[in-house]
Amino acid sequence: MPGKLKAKIVAGRHLPVMDRASDLTDAFVEVKFGNTTFKTDVFPKSLNPQWNSEWFKFEVDDEDLQDEPLQITVLDHDTYSANDAIGKVYIDIDPLLSSEAATVISGWFPIYDTIHGIRGEINVLVKVDLFNDLNRFRQSSCGVRFFCTTSIPLCYRAVVVHGFVEELVVNEDPEYQWIDRIRTPRASNEARQRLISLMSGELQRKIGLKVLEMGGNAVVGYLQCFDLEGESGLVVRAIGTACTLEKLSGGGATNNAQHTANSSPSKDMKESPKACMSGCRSSHSSPVHGAASRLAQSFSVSYPTLLFSGMGSGGSAGKEAGPLKILLRQQTQTALEQREFPFFTLTSFPQGFLLHVAGVVSARSVKLLDRIHNPALGSTRSYKLLDWSSCSADEPETRDAWWEELRQEIKSHARALGCHAVVGYSESTSICEEVCILSASGTAAVLNCRFLQDGCLDVLSEHRCDDSAPPGCGFCHVPYDELNMPFPAQLSPCCCCHRTKVPDVLFTTIDLPTDAQVTGKGCLIQARLCRLKKKSQGEGNATCISNLLPFLEYELHTQLLNKLKLCGMNALFGLCIQISVGENMLVGLASATGVYLSALPSPGGIQIAGKTPNDLTYDQHVSSIQRKINDTIVKNRELYEIHITEVAEDVIGSPIPEPRQRSRLFRSHSESSDELSELDLSHGKKDAFVLEIDDTDAVEDLHSLLTDAPTPPGFYSCNTEIMPGIYNWTSAIQMFTSVRVFRLNNANLTNLGLNKIFNELCENLLKSLYFKLRSMVPCCLCRLNFTVAVPEDELIQVAVTAVAMSFHKDQTQEANKAAQAHSQMKAIAETEEQLQFPLELNAESASPLSPKGSGPQDGSNSHGRAPSVDYSSFADRCSSWIEQLRLRAHTIRRGSIKTSSSPLPEGRSRSLRSTRSFPGSSVSVVKMTPLSFIPGAKIVKYLGIINMFFIRETTSLREEGGVSGFLHAFIAEVFAMVRAHVAALGGNAVVSYSMKECVFMENPNKNQAQCLINVSGDAVIFTRESDQEGHLPQTSHPQPTEDTPP
Amino acid sequence: MSVELDVFVGNTTIMDEEVYQLWLDGYTVDDAVAVRMEGGALQVFEASMEVLHSDTMDQFRTFQMCERLLYYPSKLTNQLLFQIPPQKQAMLIERYYEFDSTFAREVLGKKLSKGTKKDLDDISTKTGITLKSCRRQFDNFKRVFKVVEELKGPLVENVQHHFLLSDALARDYAAIVFFANSRFETGKRKLQYLSFQDFAFCAGQLISNWTVGAVDNMMEDMDVDLEKDFLHNLKELKILINDKDMLDQHRNLVCAQLRGKITVFGEMEANFKNLSRALVNIAAKLTHTKDVRDLFIDLVEKFVEPCRSDRWAIGDVRLFLTHYTSTAHSLDSFRYQQIWERYMGVIKSCILKMYHD
Repeated sequence: MPGKLKAKIVAGRHLPVMDRASDLTDAFVEVKFGNTTFKTDVFPKSLNPQWNSEWFKFEVDDEDLQDEPLQITVLDHDTYSANDAIGKVYIDIDPLLSSEAATVISGWFPIYDTIHGIRGEINVLVKVDLFNDLNRFRQSSCGVRFFCTTSIPLCYRAVVVHGFVEELVVNEDPEYQWIDRIRTPRASNEARQRLISLMSGELQRKIGLKVLEMGGNAVVGYLQCFDLEGESGLVVRAIGTACTLEKLSGGGATNNAQHTANSSPSKDMKESPKACMSGCRSSHSSPVHGAASRLAQSFSVSYPTLLFSGMGSGGSAGKEAGPLKILLRQQTQTALEQREFPFFTLTSFPQGFLLHVAGVVSARSVKLLDRIHNPALGSTRSYKLLDWSSCSADEPETRDAWWEELRQEIKSHARALGCHAVVGYSESTSICEEVCILSASGTAAVLNCRFLQDGCLDVLSEHRCDDSAPPGCGFCHVPYDELNMPFPAQLSPCCCCHRTKVPDVLFTTIDLPTDAQVTGKGCLIQARLCRLKKKSQGEGNATCISNLLPFLEYELHTQLLNKLKLCGMNALFGLCIQISVGENMLVGLASATGVYLSALPSPGGIQIAGKTPNDLTYDQHVSSIQRKINDTIVKNRELYEIHITEVAEDVIGSPIPEPRQRSRLFRSHSESSDELSELDLSHGKKDAFVLEIDDTDAVEDLHSLLTDAPTPPGFYSCNTEIMPGIYNWTSAIQMFTSVRVFRLNNANLTNLGLNKIFNELCENLLKSLYFKLRSMVPCCLCRLNFTVAVPEDELIQVAVTAVAMSFHKDQTQEANKAAQAHSQMKAIAETEEQLQFPLELNAESASPLSPKGSGPQDGSNSHGRAPSVDYSSFADRCSSWIEQLRLRAHTIRRGSIKTSSSPLPEGRSRSLRSTRSFPGSSVSVVKMTPLSFIPGAKIVKYLGIINMFFIRETTSLREEGGVSGFLHAFIAEVFAMVRAHVAALGGNAVVSYSMKECVFMENPNKNQAQCLINVSGDAVIFTRESDQEGHLPQTSHPQPTEDTPP
Repeated sequence: MSVELDVFVGNTTIMDEEVYQLWLDGYTVDDAVAVRMEGGALQVFEASMEVLHSDTMDQFRTFQMCERLLYYPSKLTNQLLFQIPPQKQAMLIERYYEFDSTFAREVLGKKLSKGTKKDLDDISTKTGITLKSCRRQFDNFKRVFKVVEELKGPLVENVQHHFLLSDALARDYAAIVFFANSRFETGKRKLQYLSFQDFAFCAGQLISNWTVGAVDNMMEDMDVDLEKDFLHNLKELKILINDKDMLDQHRNLVCAQLRGKITVFGEMEANFKNLSRALVNIAAKLTHTKDVRDLFIDLVEKFVEPCRSDRWAIGDVRLFLTHYTSTAHSLDSFRYQQIWERYMGVIKSCILKMYHD
């Protein structure tokens, strides 16, 4: 019994009227955890009851603490009939289980009902007393921290990055049980919400166990997804990157990331990738690899098979810890190769972690869903989830085997590219009826192995002087060598260092590395495609889809490349290709942020050719299009401020591309369930940039190329964290979600017509966003995340979540400054706490007065106006460090400041308070952003992961304002509940927020609709940098690229 | 092919003041789009009509969802559903409770009941304000009335506290509540020339001088009703007209003060007795609820009109009333100075406000 959960129900407000006669409510509350339920007294005749209950105490296993949510139900007491439920609140208590996260949950929570939405609020207080559990066979993993953020969280330092963790839990979907026919929609929805909450908890706990076995203490880049497979069940799966994180405290922690910022030792580069170069081409088509990987399977992939075997899994977990640990101890260069899946869900990395990036690797497979055979039957744990019984244990690991297959595929692709790791890795599914497309993608990369092992600290310091590659271009250098290229590609010398070869185009799924040298600004590039598909069933359908997939992917790729050229850019970051399947069509949407990497050669133009060269009018037509395209390229270069020194161009040759200049870095693989086929995305001998306009596809391409409206003045957009070329964000941010559903009434559409409609849908959506956010100009839409779905025949749904961030116009022009200070806000924020050099520490203790006296004040004066002060000033840096210490001390004993040396203590305490409660409002403001940082602010604490799942249903659709009214209200409610939970944890923002799922179903004839939404993010506390003005000059942080401390 | 669903939800709720006003004014989405297009919204980013329509729809929906919170503005400030910056909240509330004075003039003094609600159609056609907007304004009046009707303490403060309105708007609402409670007659033809602001001013005078709260700061009673004792005591003023000597003396004193100062001296002198009788009779009748209702019509008929027909200038009226009030103190046997002051202070400022074309 290692934990005691305590809950107290304080009060309610704005309750709905439950008794028509008196216009009042007799409310009471049921508090349930596991199988224990407590009740408060009835507070009669009030819409604002004050229960002020005793502390309800639950004595529970920490295993349960991790799995179960605290369930609070508000009811209306009725003497004569059954009590009516007003609504519920589910509270995830996981954040209370880690000593570093939140300590208490206290605040107003919206009372949510799946039929009526939010119905008033309830004030709750929750605490956990955790006893230490030293049982090594334990099943819980309390204390392992989870982060949605796909980079090392801002106030932490990665000691070791252990690698990939994955887990998957299956269950039957309550919506499809027989009992659903007789129970109310409310009961069914609540069963589903509760089940998914339980499954998420369980999933997290199991991943936590894996992390503990690997020796880590946190999961970064945690990505959890639901597959609603309908009849065949419900799958909750998650992937993440296990890390050992260390909280950055003011102590003598040395940060090695800094030291190795620029080190990309050639030793590594030569040894590790080469080891796997030979032969990897031939093996990639085989789903199962050599002995090594099979061995690997035995200790990691076997997990899911044990998922439902109750207590058994604990024992086996203990056993398996052995080989894994041994593995980790092997501090060899090839540590990564021995790992089963050298995958990382991170998209941005500590300095020096990423050595080379080769390109995108992706794999898809089409599967037919059948009932998930659940072997859990009879075991104690799963019995709680399943109160029905109809399973036969046949093939328990089907879903795992599917993903396993796909991951092997990805791994082999990466190897073929001469890379030993995959970064920016993600997995997704698209389900239509019984067909499911599984997709996995990532970026093949070569990593600095020393980050991945224990004891890397020592190794790092030894290798400090290994610096060979220049900082801004190292990651572009090809990891494979020219003679032994895995595929035909055009290599040229690096435009920055002229020492190594780089590809002509680079596609990646990661964020732009902070030290990358970029010319001009970036922009969102989207390829959109619809393909009609015959309606069919079962295997025929699956075959049909898998036949279409390669073409779809090929065309998306061509479109991306053409659009990239049209923008005058040469690299894509954050590439995300979604393929959604509907009954009669496939929809593909590829989004990425295009940039001009200074290291890569200048992109050539696009040449148009007609097939009948002798026709004069035709030639004119061709040349007019050609002119248009050339004009657009010039215009775009102007727009995105891409000013290239022409020298580079001369070196490469003519602006008109030579044959086979096309990038072949994008490799993809499609397979149907039983057949493997390799797709080569290179065009063979044909020149990719010569578009023949006789070809209908080319006409289509041209059409989509030239119809994309440019972003309106003052707007920029990207789907990565940050926009290269913009550095001075204001604090104004606006996160939003926009959903559109489009009905195709025309039954006989052609591919072309369908494409046009889809294209317009996306374009119009973007236009609407720009118009809505016009008051924020100049601003940039960051992390524009599009999700496409085909919920029904003839319906296309597009959902967008992004954040609009304003910036100061005047300073964006400073391209030069930008080039020097290519440490964006993020980099600054990221590294600001990582700068505790031992040297500095000494200096500080030796002469503490000199920087204190002048530094902070100077900083405060210059900081407010000019964000770029002298980075290299040692005094400033020192003082910044002192100030950080002071601030930390201050936050601990808030309110009683006795730092005599602090120049403006009152001012600071005032502003600190003001961030906590917004003047004039009783509701505290909670910011939400899909990014991992908040501009102009410093994240001081991560409070825990927010992972919420809601269902909303209505049987009075018209009365609620139709589908739009219904969904609008629901999304607003979801935001409100996220904010309330964050505020109750003591936080004031959610970072890395994302809406993973938005499944909307309607039946207007029956006046019904249902929607499921899953959101996640990290709850944090931030302080405004302006609060620290004069105390913590933000800009005095040394530049990340500065390699040695003075 | 059609957009079936189209929503935009921001973490901070986006609300355009211009669109909000269109919504408040009761425009339909299509009409609002047309107005916005005329207003040049299309020039921004070459927005198409679709974009404008989508934006308008979205905001109208948001306003609709906010509306139930606006019924009780304190709810808006501590609700969790919409994250709205405080200054924007204040704007939303203030604008929601703002009303057209032409509309307010129409319902002023009427019982805020269902029956009146049926008349809204007529008011809508008469004033050109959309029915939707009329309903909102009427419901606002009714809601404010219901909440503050039974509350103790100063009326204006009560309105301000419960509805978070600006001072000026709270005063206007206090006037509306006061008129609706006492059911003052304002609809007569002879009163048509008076604007809402005229009446609101008068209401303010009555509230701050003639109610219980006006003399008793202990907030024991409500501001909504006139002080019964005071009205009862007004009867005593009759001595001013019933006692012939006193009436003559009063006239002489006033004439002595005004001689040469006003242009209509002759008319004043001739009419003094009538005017004095009118003013004192109005005071004496105020014990009956019905006569209280007729206060304004009486003032117009018995005082404003006679003076106007004699072409008194406003300055003349002011001087007359000032001295008419002050000279009563010099009357030897007149013992009701305090009541007189309290009565005449209000009457004077009301008449001056009402004395225009």
